[in-house]
Amino acid sequence: MTQATEVLLPTSAAEAVALFGDGSGVTIVAGGTIVLPEITHGRIAPTRALMLSGAGLDTLDAEGSTVTIGAALPVARLAELAQDVEALAQCALGVADYEIRRQGTVGGNVCAGAGRDAPRGDLQGPLLALDASARSIGPDGETTEPVADFLGHRAGRLLLDLSFEKPAASAFAAIEYPHTHEYTVLAVTGVRTAGGEVRLAATSLADHGTRLPSAEAAAGDPDAAGAAAVADVKLGDDALASAWYRERTLPVLVRRVLSKLEEAR
Amino acid sequence: MKLTVNGTPREIEGAPLTTLLHVLREELGVTSPKAGCEQGGCGACTVLVDGEPQRACLTPVGAIDGSEVTTVEGLGAPESLSALQQAFTHHYAAQCGFCTSGMLMAAEAYIARGGTDDREAIQEALAGHVCRCTGYVKIIDAVAAAARGDAFDLTVTAAGTAMTNLGGVS
Repeated sequence: MTQATEVLLPTSAAEAVALFGDGSGVTIVAGGTIVLPEITHGRIAPTRALMLSGAGLDTLDAEGSTVTIGAALPVARLAELAQDVEALAQCALGVADYEIRRQGTVGGNVCAGAGRDAPRGDLQGPLLALDASARSIGPDGETTEPVADFLGHRAGRLLLDLSFEKPAASAFAAIEYPHTHEYTVLAVTGVRTAGGEVRLAATSLADHGTRLPSAEAAAGDPDAAGAAAVADVKLGDDALASAWYRERTLPVLVRRVLSKLEEAR
Repeated sequence: MKLTVNGTPREIEGAPLTTLLHVLREELGVTSPKAGCEQGGCGACTVLVDGEPQRACLTPVGAIDGSEVTTVEGLGAPESLSALQQAFTHHYAAQCGFCTSGMLMAAEAYIARGGTDDREAIQEALAGHVCRCTGYVKIIDAVAAAARGDAFDLTVTAAGTAMTNLGGVS
């Protein structure tokens, strides 16, 4: 079994940032649910592994109007946001299974690279629809930027936390199978802000989740929004579903989310 | 690094990124956690870490330094099975047995956190555990019985129904 030659075990966020440095040659291990199989099956051989388990990045602050989620927060703990952000809690409770949700982290889920056989990054959709800010460290230092921008260059960066304003309403819809699946076939999240703006995002697409601007522009008419959404996404084939199938189910999920948002008025 | 495994303090020599599964099976000789898919998908390696079920194959041992680990070896002994093990025996919840260790540990934690005999709740708790014999009905029967606190006379179970299920061998 391949072992990292150097394992870094920071005991604070500041120490994690210092040890990460410019990120060169560093493999981040948070929950371990994605990285450990890569090591076990010989697909990666880290030379420097930064383990975040003791770094204190597993925080959740939802006291005021802003929610801040530490990158190493276990996915299962997002269930605590059920009252404030129903869509995010519902999405989190659909990730994998009881054990994986307790071990896998929000940051790992958001930062995961495209899967080989199935899409990853379930939480990207809700966070995109919430227009979350991502605070991260990279070769250029610390940056806070919209999660949509962060996703475009997430490889090689250390995510510290994500924050967003609590929405007026949120809704989530996913293709559900009657048995457990590691990854979601396709999911759509909708958010209505306090100001009345409707934002939509989809996950389980090629590479990473994305906002659905054409569907948002037509949000007043769910059928038109559903049809428009297809133009906003890059759909892929994988072991779970074909692009053909996803193209036909995306409008259905958009319509469901918009009707749920309407019901929440 | 240190772990307390089934009540016994153990010094761990493996590097921090070594999986808990590898440490248990290869370093400590604790073989009830099974190496199935080794990518978190099958559940056969599940053990309790500080009372909560966790995939040993996904857990770098450095992340749980100082923790208490419980495996099937810590549940009961052949002559004194735990209540859950008795329920699995009575309800014939093991076929080939490969998934059984993981099922037992997940079910043990489910009952410990107040899980009831509600079949949907049991399915949700065991959702990450694959039985390729497809013996799920018996497994859920057993977990439901243990959650209710059913008592069993395993001498009757072994002499009676089990033999019938094996084709009437007596």
